[in-house]
Amino acid sequence: MQQSVKEKARALLENGTVSRVLGWKKGEFCYDLTPSVFTRVEEVDRDFVYSDFSGANLSKYLISESKKNGKVAAFLKPCDSYSFVQLLKEHRICRENVYVVGVACDGMCDPRMLEEKGGVLRVEARGDTLRVESLYGMEDVARKNLLLERCRVCKSKKIVLFDELLGEQGKEAPAGDRFAEVSKLEAETPEERFAFWQKELSRCIRCNACRNVCPACSCEKCVFDNPKSGVANKAAADPFEENLFHIIRAFHVAGRCTDCGECSRVCPQHIPLHLLNRKFIKDINELYGPYMAGSDLESKPALLTYDTGDCEPSVVLTRGGEQA
Amino acid sequence: MKRILLSRLNALFAALAGKEKLYIPAQDGSGNASYTLWREGLILSDSGNTNRSAKDLFFPQVENLVGFRVSGKEIEMIETRDPAEAFILFGVRACDARSFELLDRVFLTDAKDTYYENRRQSATVVTMACSRPEATCFCGNFGIDPAEPGGDVSCWTEGEYLYWQANTDKGEALTQGLPLEDCESEKVDAAKATIRSMTEKLPLNHLDLSGFDRKHMLQIFHSDKWAGLSESCLGCGTCTFVCPTCQCYDIQEFNDGQAVRRFRCWDSCMYKDFTQMSAGQPRPTQKERFRQRFMHKLVYFPDNNDGLFGCVGCGRCLKRCPIHMNIVKVSKALKEETV
Repeated sequence: MQQSVKEKARALLENGTVSRVLGWKKGEFCYDLTPSVFTRVEEVDRDFVYSDFSGANLSKYLISESKKNGKVAAFLKPCDSYSFVQLLKEHRICRENVYVVGVACDGMCDPRMLEEKGGVLRVEARGDTLRVESLYGMEDVARKNLLLERCRVCKSKKIVLFDELLGEQGKEAPAGDRFAEVSKLEAETPEERFAFWQKELSRCIRCNACRNVCPACSCEKCVFDNPKSGVANKAAADPFEENLFHIIRAFHVAGRCTDCGECSRVCPQHIPLHLLNRKFIKDINELYGPYMAGSDLESKPALLTYDTGDCEPSVVLTRGGEQA
Repeated sequence: MKRILLSRLNALFAALAGKEKLYIPAQDGSGNASYTLWREGLILSDSGNTNRSAKDLFFPQVENLVGFRVSGKEIEMIETRDPAEAFILFGVRACDARSFELLDRVFLTDAKDTYYENRRQSATVVTMACSRPEATCFCGNFGIDPAEPGGDVSCWTEGEYLYWQANTDKGEALTQGLPLEDCESEKVDAAKATIRSMTEKLPLNHLDLSGFDRKHMLQIFHSDKWAGLSESCLGCGTCTFVCPTCQCYDIQEFNDGQAVRRFRCWDSCMYKDFTQMSAGQPRPTQKERFRQRFMHKLVYFPDNNDGLFGCVGCGRCLKRCPIHMNIVKVSKALKEETV
């Protein structure tokens, strides 16, 4: 697959299907790829890499890329395709300027899992294991143990929308494991949950990486960046005040978040932000019926429609039982 | 040279904490180490570097500057700064120790920043040599020797012992009365040799940074490489916030109902509203913001500071940037502009 993605990038530029290719550029190591736009075949030959570390979701870049002249090719993994479709639905991407190559995916590796090993220089794929070579020795690690959290509980291997497909089309996965962590938190007492989030969110340094990488956060100017809004919140009154930022953000993307997991992937403080969004997804599923943002272009978003069968706000009084 | 069994570190920490507040790198529950106020039983992290840098202790993310109370035509100034309390910063790596020197050049020259100065003077810095450098470490490019980490006291771990050597009067004073035993320095000499042979092998430790100077300033500034380097930058503040040498801040005020409070907080040149002026934004796109950060570290700072780069090679940005863009990649890409 790694080679066929690169060859496809090359071919699309060469035969003039597109004028640019959005992909991943090689780094100093095998695990520090940078999202990049390629305009020439020589650049693709030299720098284009698709590998176990091409985890970055490139859909959000298409907001600006699709507004430029000419057509851009984008390689979208299944979960990236959900973000892409959701952005299309929100009229944020000019579809006619994007050539989507769907890429079947078996999950992407997390460079942070390598960090724990220390001093990693090279990683070589050998089937289901990865040979990790570091300053301090060599180790064979099962690939599944290096996967990103979102890949370990993969929501879907289906590529929702594409112009061309590389590899086999997949299916949505049963929801099971994905909500296990949320269920665990739901079962806790309010005090325990508060303590959990206080511990996690008090580490926040407000770098805004979660917001800036989030495909659902596509406002031209965020309210938190507006000094006149009164909520710019440059100084938190206490370390936990950051919770408001994250909770407001979770509310803002509720019903639009596709659970792509980028927020947690990029957080420099390793805060499991995806759990907030996943809680909303789980609630929407339970209260309004199964709904997956970005899974099609037609369905009405659960939170933007009303029918007489919808739950009443008072549902909060009965949900959660003892924990309510 | 003195030493203590690693198994007795808790006794050392207890003795240190008996003298002053003690901060050590400890695991914070997320797989990262961070400087934590020591309490009985807190264990020293064995990870290479803390996730956030040691600058936090001298230049906190948010701090109160002053308050104002207005009644009629009278304006009363209220002292709101934290009292400067003596503290010990234990386990600082050589890169972070050097970062203090760079920060000193910003905060302690000309108009002295007394907030920073108070914290610096209140601190005793105990450094720790790096027995396990990471692949992303590149301090060697800046003349930093992780085997001689400096500070008021330097420490090394070798075998079953932590070795301790006071470097300054402050360090000597701290050493008094600690549960340490005298020893020879042979073991430490061997440890230093091991560290140096290891740092030789670090893949990023031999960058060519010649030519990043005033002579090539405009050539570098106008390079057409910046557009490509910055194209996928998210404009988040991760690199600047984890960086031990980034020192830009914003000053803001708010009215708490009783008084006007003036505080400062970290700011980031990567942000859209950074140094915004009444006439607008002097760096209108991410390209200019991105360029500012690297020009500052690679060209402007050394030009103003006897050739010292504004980077200590700690590798935090290499590990934490969401798009894996960093000073190593930038300097390599721009190298051709310096000839």
